[in-house]
Amino acid sequence: MTFPLFLQHLANAISLGSLYALIAIGYTMVYGILRLINFAHGDIFMMGAYVAFYGILLISLPWWLAFAVAVLLTSFIGILIDRGAYRPLRSAPRISALISAIGVSFFLQNFAIVVFSGRPKAFFRPPLFTRVFVIKGVNILSVTFFIPVIAFISLAALSYIIYRTKPGLAMRAVSHDMETARIMGVDVDRTIALTFALGSGLAAIGGIMWGLRYPQIQPLMGVIPGLKAFVAAILGGIGSVPGAMIGGFVLGLAEIMLVAFAPALAGYRDAFAFLILIVVLLLRPTGILGRRLEEKV
Amino acid sequence: METMSSYADSTRAMRLKRLFTIASLIALGLSLVWANHRLDPYMVRILNLCAINIILATSLNLIFGFAGQFSLGHAGFMAVGAYACALLTMTPAQKEATFIISPLIRPLATIQLPFLPAILIGGILAAIFGFIIGAPTLRLRGDYLAIASLGFAEIIRVVGNNAIPITNGALGLKGIPEYTNLYWSWGAAAITIFIIKRLVDSSYGRAMMAVRENEIAAEVMGVSLFYHKVLAFVIGSFFAGVGGALLANLVTTIDPKTFIFILTFNILIIVVIGGLASITGSCLAAIGYTILLEALRPLEAPMTIGPVHIPGVPGLRMVIFSLVLLAVILFYRQGLMGKREFGWGWLVRRMVRKT
Amino acid sequence: MKTDPKEMRRKRTKTFCEAERMRGEQHMIERRLGRSMAGGWPGAALAVALAFSLVALGCQSDQGRGPAGTDVIKIGAYFPMTGPYAAGGQMTMDGINLAHQRRPKVLGRTVQTVLVDNKSDKVESANAVSRLIENEGVVAVIGAYASSNAMAGAEVCEKARIPMISPSATNPLVTAGKMYAFRACFIDPFQGLVMAKYATETLGARTAIVIQDVAADYSVGLASFFKRSFTELTGDPGSILATISYQTGDQDFTAQLTVARSKNADVIFIPGYFGDIALLAKQAKELGIGSHLLAGDAAQAPELIQIGGDAVEGLVFSNHYAPEQSRSGAGKEFVDAFREAYGDVPNAFAALGYDAYNIVLSAIESQGEATPEAIRKGIAALTEYDGVTGVITIDENGDAKKSAVILTVQDGKFTYLDTVTP
Repeated sequence: MTFPLFLQHLANAISLGSLYALIAIGYTMVYGILRLINFAHGDIFMMGAYVAFYGILLISLPWWLAFAVAVLLTSFIGILIDRGAYRPLRSAPRISALISAIGVSFFLQNFAIVVFSGRPKAFFRPPLFTRVFVIKGVNILSVTFFIPVIAFISLAALSYIIYRTKPGLAMRAVSHDMETARIMGVDVDRTIALTFALGSGLAAIGGIMWGLRYPQIQPLMGVIPGLKAFVAAILGGIGSVPGAMIGGFVLGLAEIMLVAFAPALAGYRDAFAFLILIVVLLLRPTGILGRRLEEKV
Repeated sequence: METMSSYADSTRAMRLKRLFTIASLIALGLSLVWANHRLDPYMVRILNLCAINIILATSLNLIFGFAGQFSLGHAGFMAVGAYACALLTMTPAQKEATFIISPLIRPLATIQLPFLPAILIGGILAAIFGFIIGAPTLRLRGDYLAIASLGFAEIIRVVGNNAIPITNGALGLKGIPEYTNLYWSWGAAAITIFIIKRLVDSSYGRAMMAVRENEIAAEVMGVSLFYHKVLAFVIGSFFAGVGGALLANLVTTIDPKTFIFILTFNILIIVVIGGLASITGSCLAAIGYTILLEALRPLEAPMTIGPVHIPGVPGLRMVIFSLVLLAVILFYRQGLMGKREFGWGWLVRRMVRKT
Repeated sequence: MKTDPKEMRRKRTKTFCEAERMRGEQHMIERRLGRSMAGGWPGAALAVALAFSLVALGCQSDQGRGPAGTDVIKIGAYFPMTGPYAAGGQMTMDGINLAHQRRPKVLGRTVQTVLVDNKSDKVESANAVSRLIENEGVVAVIGAYASSNAMAGAEVCEKARIPMISPSATNPLVTAGKMYAFRACFIDPFQGLVMAKYATETLGARTAIVIQDVAADYSVGLASFFKRSFTELTGDPGSILATISYQTGDQDFTAQLTVARSKNADVIFIPGYFGDIALLAKQAKELGIGSHLLAGDAAQAPELIQIGGDAVEGLVFSNHYAPEQSRSGAGKEFVDAFREAYGDVPNAFAALGYDAYNIVLSAIESQGEATPEAIRKGIAALTEYDGVTGVITIDENGDAKKSAVILTVQDGKFTYLDTVTP
């Protein structure tokens, strides 16, 4: 393999990895606060892309405004989902909430099929994102520069909110012990709603960036990215926001490099992603940056 | 404390219970004969699927509900059982006609076995896979175990797509003999329930539940965590393999896509809706789930209610289905049955008291 | 009060032992009488009872069955309305619905089409077909879109002796060894040959790379037939430089394409569905790949051009149908009717759905009766049928013998290049 070729693969890997990271951050945040695997995250991601799409198509908003509105609207959808499907189950066993999440996921997918039709749609790409730069034989699409930047900004903003603001303090308190937080005067429901709003907003950003990178949206577009982001989140240690970031990049790198170095095994790409996950988990049972599970006797 | 008279009562009660059980089994047998002769193939197909879902749900319930191990690998074990059984029951000529890209590897291409040994081999192979996968991963906890087992199931599926000389890849297998009928499927379901119920009530089952409730406490009491987790996992995957085998010989054509992780989600939904650690619940939910999916089909057909004509809306069925699912889980947080089982206790108690 | 601790311990041990013994006896009795079985078994019985009552309920509430079918001819359709193939199913149904609108009667009896969703899934396909046959009482079945779903449906049809015709399932296995399974399209070996011929003869290609969806039967099958024909035509077993796989649902193909770029082949053959092809073409362009892109029949959909944009310009693919090909007669009428109904130029799947419906009706007409057996005979005997997708003859396997067209994308439109007859 020549060096420029390797660099091209590396560029592809960073582009894919930062997308995974972006989606995984939202995934892991909801988990960190609620201990809930939000299987609907991938479908909220899809809704975000569709809202942006229709914002441009139907009300012909300028693209940047459409994207902003999509992020806000999707946050609102996230609050609605929490209100309808998760909040009533707050005191129920964890698994009930998980099944509820799967139910929400099925609902969003099929709702999208009925309302938006199952046929794929072309996502609008502003020219700003579609310029191709050729640097020493390495082709890079301009959107590829934006994705990691946005991922890092999201990471920083999230860290700021969680560690430097009052609602963030409430989130940490709820994450630590929901009942005690309630006793101490934290409005638990509002804090969780905020968590969902943030998580869904991040999913929408992920959906829009995904649409800019791979300009095809369809109702099932969130399934595979959602699963991959889940893998990335677990890989990094679920609940850890920087961990999700690392997990996303590791996953992207692993997938691309398998194809790069062993093209004949390209069909095993997904299996390889899971294999890496399992090996990491066997070495570090709570992921790369995961906290050790407390053992209560 | 029991007195002598209640001692006699309980002996009688036990006899009565056994009588009821035998009677209900006979009723089951008779209704199967009736169904086989009187119902049309569509109904029979749905009933077969009900039984297969019962097998899959009770086996996942053993792993998750009783032993407390959150495994999402069921679709993978089903795939192993289904492919093994299908390859063993297909005729050599059918195999040759199906493997159009590259021929099936040698010993498999000529072997043909009757259904029963093929099912058993499918189940045993799935159990072996269960052991290979379970042994390293079962020390993971909770959600980490879930994703690791889901990962293994996906790996099995991806290998199924790529190992074309064994699985025929994405083209799948076709022309699998249609051996599965009501007797096979419901018979297998009955045996599954029997074995899992016996296991759960045995000291092994108690140990599994102890592991579920508190691993450290169980270990202190001398329960081997590894042994009991793996035992539940291996037996659960055996029955998943059997369920897969029955499914393969019911649909008569399978491909790796059949065993995508969504399938595991569906079984998980059945288990949770029925009630974790309730075999009765798993049975009821499996039947309800299977029939509901079919019963909602008319929703998509064009309807005429009085003067209003509503054109069919494709996809509406799944929207309603997911809403029903959400409603059930919101109102029955512990599942339909909780941890309860259906038994003859209430009936027997009443009868004993009367006399 | 003071007691001797020794005495107390003795007493406590005794009561404990007694209690244990009694419990043990109780347990033994229960064990002997099999109480432990009692919990689960009735569960099973109850389950069966419930199942039967529910099925019986389903029986009664269903109106599709029964005497309604005396003068109505029911034709079933099972297509993916949900799931990953939903787009294909919807395109095909457009054609079937149009055909039904234009020809709602045969032998003076009204035809009714009954659509059932198969969720792009095998088990659901089998259930759907079974329901169509048993509950709706259809005399023939049209479907499915994808080969794997059609295989599951064909098994049910074969057993029930109901003829089935698939508009677009191109995998040879669908009809192989089946009496009642037919198709309105050509099969993949022919399509692979057509594209290999085009690549070697028209483009003069000596080397090729294949990028296939390893999880899609259609893609794997077509890729293998293309490779076979291509190596035969070039006479060089090494002319396929690489076969690189992806999986259904993947959207990032940059790794595969970067590998392909480094091999610098004359053509890249992509036997995928239109969405994948559009994304592949886009990413190929972004990576600066100059090789000719070739594809199969699943490329044709308006979305290919909407999503692919200028990246799919010059893409060449084999297909069943080109609107340009039919400037007169039935073909022209179809194009006009389709444009009027849907405001668009028809695609191949709509055209194939249209043909499949009309083939069934023609079979009924030719046999003079609408029984499943007559329809089977009618379809099997179909020769030189003038469909909108070309002249169709059903061969002894139940496959349509017909010509293929080669299309390209030019100025954002599908443009006809050539017709290849078998």
